[in-house]
Order: sequence, then structure tokens, then C-alpha cells
Amino acid sequence: MKGLVKIFVLAIMVSSIVSCKNNETPNYQFFPNMYESPSYETYGAYDIFPGEQSAMLPVEGTISRGHSIFDYGSSTAEYDRAKVELMSPLDSAQVDYVRGKELYDIYCSTCHGTKGDGQGNLVKREKILGIPSYDDAIRAINEGSIYHVIYHGKNAMGSHKNQLSEEERWQVAAYVMKLKADLEK
Amino acid sequence: MKKSYQSIEGNSTNDMKQVINRKLTARFLLLGLIFLLTFSTSSFAQDGDPAKGKSLFNTNCAACHSLDKKMTGPALRFVEQRLADDEGLDRDWIAAWIRNSSAMVKDGDAYANKIFNEYGGAAMTAMPQLTDQDIADILAYTAQEKATPVASAGAGADAATAQSEGGISNDLVLGALAILFVLLALGLIMVNRTLRRFAAANNVEIPESSQRKPLWKAFVQNQFLMLVVAIFFLLSSAYFAYGYFMQLGVDQGYQPVQEIHFSHKIHAGDNGVDCKYCHSSARVSKTSGIPSLNVCMNCHKSVYEYTGETTAEYSKEFYDSEIKKLYAAVGWDDENQEYTGETQAVKWTRVHNLPDFAYFNHSQHVTVAGLECQTCHGPVEEMEILYQYSPLTMGWCINCHRETDVKVKDNEYYTKIHEELSKKYGVDKLTVAQQGGLECGKCHY
Repeated sequence: MKGLVKIFVLAIMVSSIVSCKNNETPNYQFFPNMYESPSYETYGAYDIFPGEQSAMLPVEGTISRGHSIFDYGSSTAEYDRAKVELMSPLDSAQVDYVRGKELYDIYCSTCHGTKGDGQGNLVKREKILGIPSYDDAIRAINEGSIYHVIYHGKNAMGSHKNQLSEEERWQVAAYVMKLKADLEK
Repeated sequence: MKKSYQSIEGNSTNDMKQVINRKLTARFLLLGLIFLLTFSTSSFAQDGDPAKGKSLFNTNCAACHSLDKKMTGPALRFVEQRLADDEGLDRDWIAAWIRNSSAMVKDGDAYANKIFNEYGGAAMTAMPQLTDQDIADILAYTAQEKATPVASAGAGADAATAQSEGGISNDLVLGALAILFVLLALGLIMVNRTLRRFAAANNVEIPESSQRKPLWKAFVQNQFLMLVVAIFFLLSSAYFAYGYFMQLGVDQGYQPVQEIHFSHKIHAGDNGVDCKYCHSSARVSKTSGIPSLNVCMNCHKSVYEYTGETTAEYSKEFYDSEIKKLYAAVGWDDENQEYTGETQAVKWTRVHNLPDFAYFNHSQHVTVAGLECQTCHGPVEEMEILYQYSPLTMGWCINCHRETDVKVKDNEYYTKIHEELSKKYGVDKLTVAQQGGLECGKCHY
């Protein structure tokens, strides 16, 4: 009888140890010194940084390498100015519609639709409404205005400047103009 | 309008029955006519079709206006009634505003200027293409009463009770079974006891079981059996010890609870938002990137409530409160549609984390190799709470490098080396391993 009790207790102990595997906490590490080096990791939390975040904004008044200043503000007047003045730096050889489409499908098509008719998945599911078609004559667009909207956003649309680089924005703008031309056919 | 008709009919039938005053009917008719006329001149000059109005509203207005919520522009439910009551402005004013609001602002229209300034000087896009009928349709749509969510709430509650009922019935069955077993056991004990009592009363001797050598003692004294058992225990414990040590540092299945409940199932699955929309740096850098909250706000400026499928655990209230958490963190005042500037960092818990002695670059795999995110991260679009799908061990990396052919098509970078290496190995297709994907220094340096 006593042996039975012992076996029972042992079984409970073993099963409790086995069932302790909790998916909400990370596993034990073997030699954690090699897993976590003293250097700061991307998105790590360290006391030395403001807000403990190693992810920081560029110092004010500086420009990151490979970036440039965009000389247009976010107001409607600036939008109108961009529409008139802003030109794409890409010449026809540099415009890459394949890459433009790739980027467009990632960043724009969820709302604007793969054809640019304003019938993206989110619109079809009535999550976001009122996306204009690119061939809307009232809200006519050109390359400069597209770039401005990607950079600053407009009305309910937010800025997408941190998801696309300068060159990529121009590629997308070129592709949107192609979609517009296709819609107007 | 309908009501006035009905009342007339009601009255006329009454009159017919009672036949007291014939003139009364005429008087009512006259009153009704006046009533109709007054209404028709003020706001129902043209009857709009709310259904048509809805589609017109959704294509032309909904980018900036919602029916019940301030967005870029004001909320528009009962706008015509409101303007008529509060400002004394009629449909002509509304039509003029819709067709060219900035001209009205310039002309110095008092209310136009007031609205223009109230919304931060954002001029409404002029819509000269809308006909009188279109505007009537849209206004008819805005004049509809808000659909009461009673039905859906009731359905939700029904579903919830049905589910909980299912739970109860299961518990009931289990409980009944348990009680049955306890009763059976008790019954057997009682039967045993009464039988013994009978035996004692009737002087029947119950034969004692003879003292044989217990089985376990015989087992222990058999040396061969003990040896086999010992070997078995040693082997099995070695097996389990090996298994335990091999999974150290492997976080497959790791599923931490995040500060804000983010459902990849809803975003990437139901709504079909591309992975790289939020994790944009996976295309171009080492890390896949934790999206900053402004990326969330690209959609959640418009999407302020959850309208999809719900369960008892993940209810609409639950999801809505998570969106509120996002608004609090990013400092968005949803009521007034502006940023307050008071932000707080969200402390996301990292799920996938390679040890620092291994180098891994997302852009190499996503952009150059053109792998799908799901190859390593599993069916993320089905995960309500994200978990680590792959073991992320070295064996796992190596295995994939051995099996995967390099995509050389349309990839100038690989053309030359592919030619040379295929000659060297005498093969048509090159795996990552044959191109040097197994060299230690590629990942460990």
C-alpha cells in the first residue's frame, strides 16, 4: 500500500514538472552570456536610452545617410504647390513598373485596390470608406501630388514616408500614374 | 408625411362611422394639404433614395465624413435638419457648399467661414459633378435613423448563452458520471460490509488468503529481471535527459502575452494587409521591424471599432478596448480627431530572438531569395496570438539551406557564380548549401 502511495506521489511530481512548460515565458538558455552579448540590440530596452528604447529618432537638425530634405509642408497650400512644382527625379529608364507594382501591392492596394479604383480589400469589407478612384477628375492627381500624399498623408490617409525610401516613393508614384492612365482608357 | 396621411384616413373612417360633421373631413384634408406643402417646400423638395445615397456617400464623402463621428470633417447624420434648425440654412446652401465650398468661404458666407475655421482651414474637395438628385439621395441617406444595434447584440447574447449552455451540459455530464462512480463505490463497500456482517452472524469462516511470497519480492529476487529493468531505466532516463538538454534555448511555441492584444488573424488574415505593410524593414534591413504606432494609425484613424466576427473570449468590447489602448499610447484624441502629444511607449515582448552569436538578415531572405514570410513564421494569418512556429535551431537553418534551390531567374547577382558552380558540381540547380550556405563564417563571426 505504501509503495502505491509513493508511486502516486512520484507520478504527480513528474506530471507537474512536465506540465510546467509554460508557453508565455521563454525557455531556459544554455550559457546565456553567449545568447545575449553586451552590445545593444535593435529594439532592445536599456536604461541608458531615453524611455529605455534603443530605437531612437534621428537627432534634431540632422539627416540620415541616404535621405534628403523634403521641402514641402503638410498643409493644403503646400499640397497645391507640390502639385504644380514637384517633378519626379526618375527618368524613363529608371522607372521600374515591376518594382513599383510590388511596392504598390504591399502599401497601397489594401485600400486603393490593385487597379487603383478605390476598391481595396478594406473598402470591400467596409472597414475604410470613401477611397477615391485614381481617375477621379475632381480629385485629379499628378506625380508631384502623389509623392506629397505618400510623404505627408492626406485627410484620413496617414503618412507612409517611413515605410518607403525616397526612390521607392517615386517608383510608386510612377506606377500610380500608370494605373491612372489604365483606368482612363 | 406618412403619418399625416394615416391620420387623415383614420379620421375619415371615423367620420364615416359617426357621420357627425362632414365638413370636418374637408378641414382635415385642407390641414393635411397645408402640412404637406410646408414640408415639401422646406426639406423634401426632392425625395432621395437612401440606398443610392449610401453608395454615393461611401464613394464621395466617407473619406472625410462619418455619419455619427467627427472625422476630417463633421459628422453628417441629420445634417440637413440640423442646419435648417440651428442655422436656418436650406438645401440650396448645402448644395452650394458641396459643389464649391472654398468659393463660399471667399465670398464671406458667415457659416461657411465658421465651419472652415473650426476644421483647421481644411477646404472640402469641391464636387460639382453631383446633381441635385445625387445630393437629395445623399441627404436622404444622412436623414436615416441610426440602425439600432439591438438585433445584433441580441444575437451575440444568444450565441454566448448557447455556448455557455454547451459548457454547462458538458460539466453536467461529467459531474453526473463522477457522482455515479462514487455511488457505485459506496454501494460495493456497503455490500461487502453487510456480507461480512452476515458471515459473522452465521458463524461462516471466511478463509484467510494463504501467505504466499508477494509478487514484487519474487521480482526483486530475480537478478535477470532486475538487470533488464535497470538497463531499461538507464536508457530511458538518458533519452529524456538528452531530449531535455536538446530543447534548452529553443523557444518553439513561445507565445507571450503582449501589452496590447494584436491579432495577426484579423489584420493579415481577414483584412489581408500585407506582412510587409507593417514590417516594412524586412525588405531592406536585418530586422523585420516592429512597426511604430504611426503605422497603426494609418488605418486606425478611420477604423475606431471592431466590426468583425466575435467569440465569447474575444468580444467586440474586448477589441474596442484594445484599440482604445492604442489611442492612449499614441496620444490620439478620437473625439476631437487630433493628437494630444502625450505618448507612452508600448513595451512589446519580442517573440523571435536568435542568440547573438548567430547572424541572420531578413532582407537577404525576403528580397534576395524571395521567400514567403510564412516559410519560417508559419501560418501567421491564422494566429490570434502570435507564437514562434519554427524551432530556429541551427539544424533547422541548415536543413533548409540544403533543400532549397537558389532562385537564379531574373537575378543578375547570381548568374555568373551559378554557371561556374553548376559546372563544378555537375548539377542543373544549385542549393543554398552548394553556394556556400553552410560555411560557418556566413552566420557565425
